[in-house]
Amino acid sequence: MDAKEDLDVKIGLEVHCHLTSLKTKLFCRCPADYYNKEPNTNICPVCMGLPGSLPVLNEQAVKHALAIALALGSRVSQKMVFYRKNYFYPDLPKNFQISQYDKVGGLPLATGGQIRLKDKVVRIRRIQLEEDPAKIVYEGSISTSPYALVDYNRSGVALVEIVTEPDLTTPKQARQFLQKLRAILEHLGVCNCDLEAALRCDANISVRGGYRVEIKNIGSFKDVEKALSFEVTRQKMLGAKRGMETRHWDDVRGVTISLRVKEEEQDYRYFPEADLPPYIITEDLIAETLAAMPELPDARRDRFIKQYNLPHQAAEILTSHKSLADLFEKSIEKYRSPLRIANWLISDILGYLNRKDLDPSTLKIAPEDIAALARAVDEGLINEQTGRNLLLKAATTGKRIEQKIFAEVSKIGDEATIKALVDRVFKENEKAVKDALKNEKAINYLIGLVMKASGGKTDPHITRSVIVAKLKQLS
Amino acid sequence: MPKRTKLGVSAVKHLAWLTRIDLTDKEAKEISKQLTKILNYFSKIDEVDTSGVEPLYHPLEIGKVSRSDEPTPFPADEILKIVPSRKGRYVKAPRIA
Amino acid sequence: MTNIDLRSAKRLVEAIRLGEVSIVDVVEASLNKIKELDKDINAFITINSKKALAAAESLDTKLKRGEKVGALCGLPIAVKDVISTAGLETTCGSKILKGYIPPYDATVVAKLKEAGAVIVGKTNTDEFAMGSTTEFSAFGPTRNPVDKSRVAGGSSGGSGAAVAAGMVPLSLGSDTGGSIRCPAAFCGVVGLKPTYGSVSRYGLISYANSLEQIGPFAANVDDCALLFQCISGWDPMDSTSYRNPPKVESSKICRRVAVPKEFFGEGVEDAVARSVWRGIEALKDGGYVVEEVSLSTLDYALPAYYIIAMAEASSNLARFDGLRYGLSLKSGYRDWNTYFSKCRAKGFGPEVKRRILLGTYVLSAGYYGAYYLKAQKIRNILKTQFQQLFTKYGLIAGPTMPTTPFKIGEKIEDPLLMYMIDINTVPPNLTGHPAISVPVHKEGELPVGLQIIAPYFCEERLFQAAKIVEESLRRQ
Ligand SMILES: [Zn+2]
Repeated sequence: MDAKEDLDVKIGLEVHCHLTSLKTKLFCRCPADYYNKEPNTNICPVCMGLPGSLPVLNEQAVKHALAIALALGSRVSQKMVFYRKNYFYPDLPKNFQISQYDKVGGLPLATGGQIRLKDKVVRIRRIQLEEDPAKIVYEGSISTSPYALVDYNRSGVALVEIVTEPDLTTPKQARQFLQKLRAILEHLGVCNCDLEAALRCDANISVRGGYRVEIKNIGSFKDVEKALSFEVTRQKMLGAKRGMETRHWDDVRGVTISLRVKEEEQDYRYFPEADLPPYIITEDLIAETLAAMPELPDARRDRFIKQYNLPHQAAEILTSHKSLADLFEKSIEKYRSPLRIANWLISDILGYLNRKDLDPSTLKIAPEDIAALARAVDEGLINEQTGRNLLLKAATTGKRIEQKIFAEVSKIGDEATIKALVDRVFKENEKAVKDALKNEKAINYLIGLVMKASGGKTDPHITRSVIVAKLKQLS
Repeated sequence: MPKRTKLGVSAVKHLAWLTRIDLTDKEAKEISKQLTKILNYFSKIDEVDTSGVEPLYHPLEIGKVSRSDEPTPFPADEILKIVPSRKGRYVKAPRIA
Repeated sequence: MTNIDLRSAKRLVEAIRLGEVSIVDVVEASLNKIKELDKDINAFITINSKKALAAAESLDTKLKRGEKVGALCGLPIAVKDVISTAGLETTCGSKILKGYIPPYDATVVAKLKEAGAVIVGKTNTDEFAMGSTTEFSAFGPTRNPVDKSRVAGGSSGGSGAAVAAGMVPLSLGSDTGGSIRCPAAFCGVVGLKPTYGSVSRYGLISYANSLEQIGPFAANVDDCALLFQCISGWDPMDSTSYRNPPKVESSKICRRVAVPKEFFGEGVEDAVARSVWRGIEALKDGGYVVEEVSLSTLDYALPAYYIIAMAEASSNLARFDGLRYGLSLKSGYRDWNTYFSKCRAKGFGPEVKRRILLGTYVLSAGYYGAYYLKAQKIRNILKTQFQQLFTKYGLIAGPTMPTTPFKIGEKIEDPLLMYMIDINTVPPNLTGHPAISVPVHKEGELPVGLQIIAPYFCEERLFQAAKIVEESLRRQ
């Protein structure tokens, strides 16, 4: 699917984001971290729906959700109200979910707002806070297992739901939107989007003004694009069913499957949760959140352009992955070669990650290595291609390479390269230079330093003559 | 005048499905009669002019109630102990339809 | 010690503190009384003899050592079976929770233990507190100690009857639409529904969570006040509990009583009306100014109450599905829809089913506005009218129940007729105001209660007025 606007297609997204930086669940004091935990260890009367238990709102969850709303430029409600969404499901301990609602008097945390893509503004409809259901697992296959097993560790973990207007017109845009949203969430530090199921997405799509189809269960950003592309083609060929159809994305087969949901199951009987008083969001809280707002991807991109003279496109790509942008800044802190390093990170590292379907945050490469490589290339110790090869090696093996750079360097007889090394050694060893100016014997020490900086690869004769010439200039 | 509402057997069965209570035909018939009578009594509220009135969901206003993000783990095994059907530490449930 | 009178908590505490009786003596006396009387009354679902005696012994030891024992100093107390007690079966009067042993204490239970009370048992209730006679209990009806052929009132019938029969000096009930005040009136004891938010609901198994409060029963006003003091207060586990209740200033209007004529509507028996007026006269004699008023919305409080209560109940009771606790069916159900439906069909009784179904109806798409939303608006009108009335009057009074306790089985076949007897008790639940029922002079054998309602957090004012009524009875 190309990026050209497809005016026949309308796509809206519903993104669920775990607030993974929280220590506790949304309405109880159970630890919120459910990754790699024994089943049903982080449970209490509240998140197990035991009779008589009552919810108490996690203040920090409100702050994190508020930060998201403000980052997206949403209108924050003066007070937010929790609603009960009533439906029966084995993963829902109370058989209702405490959520928010924007109809029948409901007041979600925030409404409106937008995310700017390169050539598109995507409007946000609402942002709300809600609890996650438990996790259902099957022994063996979902279709043959005679029973379901429920793990309530995830039950009650805080989720922020972000709903867009149907402004997206291509599956690729949908992916770009999610990428941008993800970068914002990561910069806010509220969601570690790498964690399994930390960011989940439902999509609704209509083609040529036809009926709306909802696609659920989309696990990854790539799948969002795939599932939507499949739906666009399917709907263009077959049309959509009357009424609202819900389809499941089967990522193994790469198709969407219709769910024959009984119509009556859609009646969620939303009504206010009387156990939670309406939460007043004060001006002070908003001001405090704004004051603590970290630099967001767009601002960071603009700063990269200004501060490091990066091309817009490069700055955009770097800042749409927080860990990549961080790696970039840490590397150039060690050795300031912004263009070269940006280029490497984007074309080599990101290209590698995309091929392997890995996330930048999984990279183990040290900024010191990137800096050393860039310097080695700049100084002519190794050529550009060798530098890139070493970079990829470091990225794939996760091993430090700073010391190995010289193994790749053959005898250095090139005078220009040696001059560059000598310049650096002179700059970094002012005292040794002074000594050499006074005492000729001390020249050997300088030669030794240059040899060391090159891993012993420079021609000693040429090195001596370059040093002597330089000393002569100085004296 | 208050409206007259009838909650027929099929409507009762639909409600029973929504709230997952299995009803026999006989029960549904009996309940239909009882609920219809009660609903017609409820229609009395139509007589009240509520235009311009806000609903009152919480009897008293309480501002802002929240807690800090500090964990206090609960002894999970005390809860697992009372689960009727288990498989290891998992709660066992019938499969999804 | 056999002849211990369990009708005065205050006197018992004194006797215990003076060493005239031991706590074990008192708790044993209570357990014996229960053993002797309860087969006829059926006030208890679970009796906690062993643990109660053990607790009594350890409290006695504490006393002997001179350690601090709380204000309830070893008093035996009965707790309605909708309130969670760790390690002690809590059934809500329902088959669906038969055998359910909570892993935690309700906040009020923790407070009772803290205050040195000894829980002797869990009392009978209409299933999930849905009823006005305790006939809808899965464990059989509670009989009125005054006349065992009659109902004890409900839904906290067990707690009312246990105090009335002298089995315990104190008990806890819950009041969603009159469930404390009704049995208090029917059994001839004092019962208080506190201000919404003044007593923690944490651990109270919800029927209608925006309406209900836990409250005390006692044989006299002082004891009722004592127990209220012990259980009230802010609880961080209940977001609707009040941290800093507003200070109430006393003024001239405190002693002005409004009597809405709607409280004496067509369903009120003449004899009940006469008794209640004698109670109101006693207030006049005590220096109160009494004026008759009209509060038109009161006529709509009952349907509004039932709509809201049923809506909330339909959601609150959704969690009982046979997966995590309570009733479970042996396997054989291939999918959970069937399993849930069979489980709930088997576990819930007829009144609970009716309320869940109707509650589901009033919340469902297309009916929400006409029923649920409309009812919540009427609730707001009622609150406004109460608040207006409280700018001129310090108290509102009328009959707690329109009738005296009727025969068991008399109204059980007609749900609507049963609902009608709550007509005077539901308004304070809708508005959140505190209300007390105190016995007044009765014409025959059957007790009659006077209901007094106060502004938010003015429980003290209720106790003062109720005491005047109580003293007038003693003088007769
Ligand atoms: Zn929990």
